[in-house]
Amino acid sequence: MPGKGLLIVRQRSLIAITAALAAGALTLTACGSRDEDKGGSDAGGGGTTVVIGVDAPLTGDLSALGLGIKNSVDLAAKTANKEKTVPGVTFKVEAKDDQAQPSSGQANATTLVANKDVLGVVGPLNSSVAESMQKVFDDAKLLEISPANTNPALTQGTEWNGGTKARPYKSYFRTATTDAIQGPFAAQYVFNKAKKKKVFVIDDKKTYGAGLAATFTDEFKKLGGKIAGTEHIDPDTKDFSAVATKVKSSGADVVYYGGEYPQAGPLSKQIKAAGAKIPVVGGDGIYSADFIKLAGASGTGDLATSVGAPVEDLPSAKEFVANYKAAGYKEAFEAYGGYSYDSAWAIIEAVKKVVEDNDGKLPSDARAKVTAAAQNVSFDGVTGKVSFDEFGDATNKQLTVYSVEGGTWKAIESGTYTG
Amino acid sequence: MNELPQQLVNGLLLGSMYGLVAIGYTMVYGIVQLINFAHGEIFMTGAFGALTVYLYVLPDGTTMWIALPLMLVGAVFVAVTVAVGAERFAYRPLRTAPRLAPLITAIGLSLALQQAVWAWYPNAKSARTFPQIEGGPFHIGSVTIQTGDIFLFLAAPISMAILAYFVMKTRTGRGMQATAQDPDTAKLMGINTDRIIVVAFALGAAFAAVGGLAYGLKYGQIDFRMGFILGLKAFTAAVLGGIGNIYGAMIGGVVLGLAETLATAYIADVPGMSQLGGQSWANVWAFVLLILVLLLRPQGLLGERVADRA
Repeated sequence: MPGKGLLIVRQRSLIAITAALAAGALTLTACGSRDEDKGGSDAGGGGTTVVIGVDAPLTGDLSALGLGIKNSVDLAAKTANKEKTVPGVTFKVEAKDDQAQPSSGQANATTLVANKDVLGVVGPLNSSVAESMQKVFDDAKLLEISPANTNPALTQGTEWNGGTKARPYKSYFRTATTDAIQGPFAAQYVFNKAKKKKVFVIDDKKTYGAGLAATFTDEFKKLGGKIAGTEHIDPDTKDFSAVATKVKSSGADVVYYGGEYPQAGPLSKQIKAAGAKIPVVGGDGIYSADFIKLAGASGTGDLATSVGAPVEDLPSAKEFVANYKAAGYKEAFEAYGGYSYDSAWAIIEAVKKVVEDNDGKLPSDARAKVTAAAQNVSFDGVTGKVSFDEFGDATNKQLTVYSVEGGTWKAIESGTYTG
Repeated sequence: MNELPQQLVNGLLLGSMYGLVAIGYTMVYGIVQLINFAHGEIFMTGAFGALTVYLYVLPDGTTMWIALPLMLVGAVFVAVTVAVGAERFAYRPLRTAPRLAPLITAIGLSLALQQAVWAWYPNAKSARTFPQIEGGPFHIGSVTIQTGDIFLFLAAPISMAILAYFVMKTRTGRGMQATAQDPDTAKLMGINTDRIIVVAFALGAAFAAVGGLAYGLKYGQIDFRMGFILGLKAFTAAVLGGIGNIYGAMIGGVVLGLAETLATAYIADVPGMSQLGGQSWANVWAFVLLILVLLLRPQGLLGERVADRA
């Protein structure tokens, strides 16, 4: 039967294609870390070199946020070198690209651990990436401070919502506030101040997005609001027309989106195009200039909450903004610039304490000592007072609501969420 | 409110885009039995070609009605150039090599094109906004059609009609059919098969470029990764419709688009299925459909016109 023979050949070639495709997809996720800065170590003071690692998405659609993190850490290191904050120690930055993929993040963590000069790491951006890195760093007792992770479980354990908080990793800290605060904060604003009572909740099923959407939903229901519908989107696509049509027919008067701006922008645009002229509200993941670009003119009135007070308005931040400009970075510092600077500075402060306690030299078990010292750092940073509680969370629990007006994010109000 | 008509239109539009790209997969496969995995990136370069014309060739503030035809020309020019170059320098030297060699080459080319746009196109490291056609949406009954979608609605059937005419009536088109059936005999009959292969790549690229322009107009943004997932979907559409069959590609695209959209809209409403609904499950349902079709009709929905090749 010649027909059958042909069929088998086709099947086989399809298997080959599938295998090749899988290989292709793997290559895509694995080709990170091209940003190894090897040259140009300025031997300032001729002393020890301490490397601050950075892990963030430096390529791909979240790179706007990631490059802002990298540049801000770089600025902190340069400032510390210039001011000789830690005498005899020169700080260098080694940035790794995780492409927002947990697998790349873990590979980067292993690489950073292997470099003995690395005494602290700033990053990552994504909570899902952090989950894959925490254990690697903790096993090496290497200090990790994230400027952006907001998932509560990272510091308080998976049972955080059931009342039994337990810190899983002693080496993990963050300068960002958690979703346990951010989601309810947004719910209270939407319900009490914006007077929206029927919400359509959408998330991207990632650690960050789903967690944020869940804490928002709980609080919104508690306040007496109605959930008009829920939907989970596929972050790999840009076609949300089917979802947008569902939002319109649900009769909701506001949309809450747990996720990041590459999807949130088009989603907002398509919801409005479908005829539902209602605001889209999101967390710090959509608080980016790129969101406004992607959402287009119809995005006016969309809201975002972000951690801390607006960086540009804090007096302590004016200097950071000016220095950032003077350093001439190509990319903006974006939502996490101030937090990244503070994260890097917390590492620098911890190193300083350890060096001072050891007669101006780095001890042999520097990593463990630096991690222990980080628990007690306290200084006035770009975003306000920087210090950590017993879980490694920032003690600064301020949040701000921003709204899209005239093509930029305008701060509407700042506040702290208190249960 | 009954949202079925709107969801059908959503699915039809998404499916037409898949179909436009799927044609390129199916034509190249029909003639050289190569799955051109770089085709999704040809689609992407087409979209960037259109953007280039708008941003850097036309004077600022040109109305879209004048700009659109020129952007189409730019999109087709860039996509066809890239595709023909790929054929000449990446695939032709491997024409007689084992089948896996050109396949891996195609995947490599796909990555290379993505990274080239990422590295060298101005500000392409994140998504770039695409110009939009002025004017509000159109309402027909309960159905809303966006201005940007009009282009896709018109372009897809027109492209299909042109392609059908070309393949059936012109000398080159008949040469393509002959090459697809038996390249050696076609050569003996005086058909320049090398030229036919180039034409197949070029035509596929032209349709992908139309799709790329439609994508930009529909979603208002393009980025260097836009071709990867869409290329996979279009390839799925080509297999669904029967790879090697140009009508199958379009039908397969529309079926896939409708399946995804309707799965998003309605699966969650089926009692007991609320966990398996929504957009994040749409791909699962689309591929369940693909598996069912391939189980019952391994040759795809429309079968394969050149089945007597073996």
